[in-house]
Amino acid sequence: MHGREKTKEGSSLVPGCTSMEEKPGQPAPEETPSNAPPGTVGRELFGYVGIEAVLDQMRIKTMKTGFEFNIMVVGQSGLGKSTMVNTLFKSKVSRKPTGPGYEERIPQTMQLQSVTHVIVEKGVKMKLTVTDTPGFGDQINNENCWDPIVKYIKEQYEKYLREEILISRKRKIPDTRVHSCVYFVPPTGHWLRPLDLEFMRRLSKIVNVVPVIAKADTLTLEERAEFKQRIQEDLKAHGINVYPQEDLDDDSDDRLLNKKIRDKIPFAVVGADTEHQVNGKRVLGRRTKWGIIEVENPAHCEFPLLRDLLIRSHLQDLKDVTHNVHYESYRVQRLNESNQLAPSPAAGLLGKHEMESNL
Amino acid sequence: MAAAEIARQVGESCRTVPLSGHVGFDSLPDQLVNKSVNHGFCFNILCVGETGLGKSTLMDTLFNTKFEGEPASHSQPGVQLKSSTYDLQESNVNLKLTIVGTVGFGDQINKEDSYKPIVEFIDAQFEAYLQEELKIKRVLHNFHDARIHACLYFIAPTGHSLKSLDLVTMKKLDSKVNIIPIIAKSDAISKSELTKFKIKITSELVSNGVQIYQFPTDDESVAEINGTMNAHLPFAVIGSTEELKIGNKMMKARQYPWGTVQVENEAHCDFVKLREMLIRVNMEDLREQTHTRHYELYRRCKLEEMGFKDTDPDSKPFSLQETYEAKRNEFLGELQKKEEEMRQMFVQRVKEKEAELKEAEKELHEKFDRLKKLHQDEKKKLEDKKKSLDDEVNAFKQRKTAAELLQSQAQQAGGSQTLKREKERKN
Repeated sequence: MHGREKTKEGSSLVPGCTSMEEKPGQPAPEETPSNAPPGTVGRELFGYVGIEAVLDQMRIKTMKTGFEFNIMVVGQSGLGKSTMVNTLFKSKVSRKPTGPGYEERIPQTMQLQSVTHVIVEKGVKMKLTVTDTPGFGDQINNENCWDPIVKYIKEQYEKYLREEILISRKRKIPDTRVHSCVYFVPPTGHWLRPLDLEFMRRLSKIVNVVPVIAKADTLTLEERAEFKQRIQEDLKAHGINVYPQEDLDDDSDDRLLNKKIRDKIPFAVVGADTEHQVNGKRVLGRRTKWGIIEVENPAHCEFPLLRDLLIRSHLQDLKDVTHNVHYESYRVQRLNESNQLAPSPAAGLLGKHEMESNL
Repeated sequence: MAAAEIARQVGESCRTVPLSGHVGFDSLPDQLVNKSVNHGFCFNILCVGETGLGKSTLMDTLFNTKFEGEPASHSQPGVQLKSSTYDLQESNVNLKLTIVGTVGFGDQINKEDSYKPIVEFIDAQFEAYLQEELKIKRVLHNFHDARIHACLYFIAPTGHSLKSLDLVTMKKLDSKVNIIPIIAKSDAISKSELTKFKIKITSELVSNGVQIYQFPTDDESVAEINGTMNAHLPFAVIGSTEELKIGNKMMKARQYPWGTVQVENEAHCDFVKLREMLIRVNMEDLREQTHTRHYELYRRCKLEEMGFKDTDPDSKPFSLQETYEAKRNEFLGELQKKEEEMRQMFVQRVKEKEAELKEAEKELHEKFDRLKKLHQDEKKKLEDKKKSLDDEVNAFKQRKTAAELLQSQAQQAGGSQTLKREKERKN
């Protein structure tokens, strides 16, 4: 199982006890040496209490309520976004041109299309929303093509904020906020283009951006490594904070894990949804004259890494960062600006509350 | 160029799509659990009951450890709440446990206000959370949640019925916190009396409309066990931290001359059931109920009290804005009025003081004038006297000189007469 599990067997010594009243603490009878910091009193459990059953309770509860995940894929047409989403979630969640006879019309204006599906795996229900952006970067003049995307993301935050401010609010607020935005970089092999830089710069401030190198089967391994290096330098030079953000690491375990991921960003991925026979097994891959590219083979492409990051190990973290960091900063900004202009519900709520409490 | 249209396929939403392989998000609950483990849990229990019913001992027994504290005295003037926080750790779960006990509950002669400190304490915790939630810059996910998740109400083992203090207190608390009533020191009641007591208690609670916490029965995995436990409420418990050797095991028990009561024996008392329900099965549900039911109710009442309302469904945010604008203006207007009032009062006071001072000044002036006049009068009198004296002196001097002159004249005349006489004699 991926994930940071710190398991310690048996009941161990308690780190500290803080008493919220001003009476002197009495040292408990200690039978084993305490490694608690000086000044705190250790509380030893004499036997099994069953506190850890709360984990199972939590597990059962979350399986019953299900999860929501909203992912957005951004990139120019023809980079394999829809295929990638289908490969990620192993089902036809994204509509895309199927055969060669289909004429793909490049839309005149950029649109955002959201499709919601429910997928179930081993009793875990997930409501997945994929937001696609056909037409991004396809026009001749691409100035401000990120505006609709930014507007869409902020609209979702606004929706959530409105629900949160209500007096009688729902038990579970429907979460349509974008949890991660996968940005597809065309495999030029050189550097990031100005469009890429502009887009990622603006969006990494409001959403978790995961850049990937699309159609990476056109790059050899050396070219891939160089390209990645240059992209990382570019990102650092422009101060673009992609997911996993450095300043959000909690402890050393996180930092170690995330550093490994950060060294590999952006992932070079290949998407495929047809199966082929390789060595007697059926694998997802692309068949070319010179060989079959296995999508799930770590030696061929980094798709497994992307999938592990997005789904198997960091999905909950993506949601948490969206909720605790991006949503909160949007909320701060929104409440501050509406405090100065026309008062909005929360500002009025807040302002009056603060004024009343200060009286 | 980028006039964007956001096209949502609503018709296709929530369609269940089959998976053709293993994706891997079945690890989601584990990811969530791991995050929670890293973050730590917190659980807050409030123990309400009269002094001497064994609240602290029960806490020690429940959590298998010795919390600090001496038994409280019976002479408290009022009910106070004493809260202590402990960090417990079991395998990889960190639990921040806060135990709040009532000190002096039921000890006063007049117990009318006994429930008030408890209700105020619970409200204060809700208020703290609400304040944090309403802030602009808030840190909700790191906020130390002190809201009470479970309230264990200790009923004295009289064997008859609930005391009126119990009924009143529970009625006040049932909409604010999850109440779990338990019969304390239940080794004082025999088995048959116990069943009658339980029936009496539950019927009294129902007839008075007290809503105690029901263990949830909607999830199949715990529905059965919760259902049977619901029937055993209130739990009759015994607490003990002493271990005695029974058979060949060390067990927690209380020893009497007539036998030994084992705490963990289900035939002897319901302690095991309480522990199961409180910790092992429903801890998460207790926390959830506190957050979604009791806290939301408090929040709604508090915000409505402050005058905020969700408006009618057709004009949601905008008329809200107007309402808030109006309210804000009204409030500002009130403030301004108050300021004006204060200013006017100030001005008036100043005027009054000024008038007073002026009067005092006038008086002083008058006094001064009077004194001056007096002084002048006296002076004049004295001068008059002096003048008259001077006159007298002058007059006297004149008479003196006149007298002297006369005398000298007389002497001369007499001298000249004598001379004349002598002359005549000579002749």
